[in-house]
Amino acid sequence: MDKVMTTPEPTGERIRSYLKDGKRFDGRNLLGFRRITIDKDVSKKAEGSVRVKIGKTEVVVGVKLDVSVPYADSPNKGNLMVTAEMLPLSSQRFESGPPKFDAIELGRVTDRGIRESKFIELEKLCIKEGEKVWTVFIDVYSINDDGNLMDAATIGAIAALKIAKIPKYDEESGKVLYGELSEMDVPLSDSMPIAVSVHKVGDSLIVDPTRQEEDLSECRVTLTNHDGAISSLQKSESKELEIEEMKKIFDISEEVSRKILKEIENNLK
Amino acid sequence: MSEKFKRSDGRAIDELRPVEARVGVVPNADGSAMYRSGDTIAIAAVYGPKKMHPQHQQDPSRGQLRCDYNMLSFSVSERIKPGKNRRAMEISEITKWALEPVLLLDKYPNQVIDVFIDIIQADAGTRCAGINAASLALAHAGVPMKNMVSSIAVGKLDKTLVVDLTKEEEDYEEGEGPTDIPISMTHDGKITHMQLDGKINAEQLKEAVDLAKGACEKIYEIQKKALKDAVDFGGEEK
Amino acid sequence: MERKVVIPGEVIAEGEDYLPGENTEKRDGKIVSLRYGLAEEQNNLVKVIALSGVYAPRRGNIVVGKVENITQNGWIIDIGTAESAFLSINEVPRYVNKDAMEEVFDIDDMIIAKIWSIGKRGIDLSIKSRDLGRIDNGMIFKINPNTVPRVIGREGSMIKIIKDGTGCNIDVAQNGFVIIEGENVDDEVFAKKVIDKITEKPFVSGLTERVTKFLEENKK
Repeated sequence: MDKVMTTPEPTGERIRSYLKDGKRFDGRNLLGFRRITIDKDVSKKAEGSVRVKIGKTEVVVGVKLDVSVPYADSPNKGNLMVTAEMLPLSSQRFESGPPKFDAIELGRVTDRGIRESKFIELEKLCIKEGEKVWTVFIDVYSINDDGNLMDAATIGAIAALKIAKIPKYDEESGKVLYGELSEMDVPLSDSMPIAVSVHKVGDSLIVDPTRQEEDLSECRVTLTNHDGAISSLQKSESKELEIEEMKKIFDISEEVSRKILKEIENNLK
Repeated sequence: MSEKFKRSDGRAIDELRPVEARVGVVPNADGSAMYRSGDTIAIAAVYGPKKMHPQHQQDPSRGQLRCDYNMLSFSVSERIKPGKNRRAMEISEITKWALEPVLLLDKYPNQVIDVFIDIIQADAGTRCAGINAASLALAHAGVPMKNMVSSIAVGKLDKTLVVDLTKEEEDYEEGEGPTDIPISMTHDGKITHMQLDGKINAEQLKEAVDLAKGACEKIYEIQKKALKDAVDFGGEEK
Repeated sequence: MERKVVIPGEVIAEGEDYLPGENTEKRDGKIVSLRYGLAEEQNNLVKVIALSGVYAPRRGNIVVGKVENITQNGWIIDIGTAESAFLSINEVPRYVNKDAMEEVFDIDDMIIAKIWSIGKRGIDLSIKSRDLGRIDNGMIFKINPNTVPRVIGREGSMIKIIKDGTGCNIDVAQNGFVIIEGENVDDEVFAKKVIDKITEKPFVSGLTERVTKFLEENKK
């Protein structure tokens, strides 16, 4: 494995002590997010695609649809499949080969946030009960990692879903006519799931860490919020949290998710 | 060559699709670039030279080049399963062969230069776009090179030679059908990569090579501009 | 000759008068660039100053690295090069107890050292000079090593402006590490901002004036 230097300790000490004073190197406060920009239609062969940048962190997300057989336990519902790849192109720390745990977790946490919030109305994606339904594929790729790929992935996934159109389907031949998009949107509910990861760095809780800050994160809790409800949560890393800290994290994620929601809506206008 | 031949997008037979090139698109990398030809978009990032791992692959006499070509799952109409397939593995190796001749690797014993190419959107000519992006990214990374490499797909549609095929042209069905000839060249006109699928006679294939040379010269100018534009002298100074 | 960006394979000068310098070669009587960079000519010697690329170690360079491992007679240091660097106990100007080497430098410690030799087996470091050794204090961060000469400036002129303007002590190592030590973190963050400004556009014209102006405008 290639050795890549993580944030050196004398710098880490300063980051932690600065956070205690409520400050960060780039001028943000502890709950401040970097600027989010979303470019639409970055890959035309996808039914919906976006590029999301959070500061220098960048992901590309595409939505593809295909017709397939429903699962036996949900014969009248469409399928959802989310995968994430941490491309070796995007950081010296990522390697080629089978996906490592970080990439698997990135895909799974993104998947659960979207699935559990019922953002996609999967029952409306049924073509013929028990036989044919639409499968929605959401694929997330990292392009540059400067921290917080986790939140970038969900933002990208919901933005790509928002602009995606269902392709035409020829019932007779059973073929999807790619490139011929219907005017039909992917059926979505109003409850847009927003993932917010809260990190514990030293004694402080912060959101949207840079790579340098994420190196120092001892614990991450990712929550997906929508309409004042929490639909998924994952605590990562083997570091314990006080009950009070965890409760504070719930409030932080709710507060921050509202701000992100506004930014996404502005970006998609 | 037939003068009457009409391309579906109205281009002249030796006309490239609209091209865009930019370096520095992946800030984490030692060098990076984006190359777009029409609806085909490739990005490339270079890491290194750095120590070769695993150790048993080290070459004490010179450095090595490793290329990794990958298409994003949604870059084509029918979603590709993420992960390596045989086609991607072959193109990765072809890309290495196309680029390695210009690199001065003697200075880097036991080291490796990694080139990662990702196709964001595909409309034919992805290996050529990938090679053009990779050549730019290698230069941008400060890797010592004898020259730049430029790459183009020449095609024969029925009996007519054209440059820079689109997917629609690759699927051309009339007459003798399509022949696809991707070629990569150094700026001083040496061929580092060539492939062919289809049917063509030797005389016309010679013409195809000459046509590729002309197209590669245009691509070289675009690559040169992208690298020169990346240095900001600011203000009035040029 | 005007300062000019060149790319690999580009002809920089033609004619028998010119000699090929760093990052160039002579091809059919022409001086050709072997690297992306800025072409310069002095007394008919043509060279290309690299704009990018990983750090190339040179004898005499001051570098910053992280202790990666401890061996029987020294420390393996990661200085961001492909070859590993070694600091022998003989190059430490004090007594070292071989049974407690980690008391001198432990794994993950950051040190500042000098390259005293580069051989087939690797890079040898020394800390037998003033101001070398473990970095216990200061903000450490990495910049593109090719921009180090711009941050330091001619005969240290640029770094002096930044030191005076921020009240911080600043060391810039050749392998692209910067160490900033100030009275408080605010001052250090300010100094870092100034350096980031230089490394973002290192070849912009009137850099000194721009930096001076930035220091004045952003001072508390």
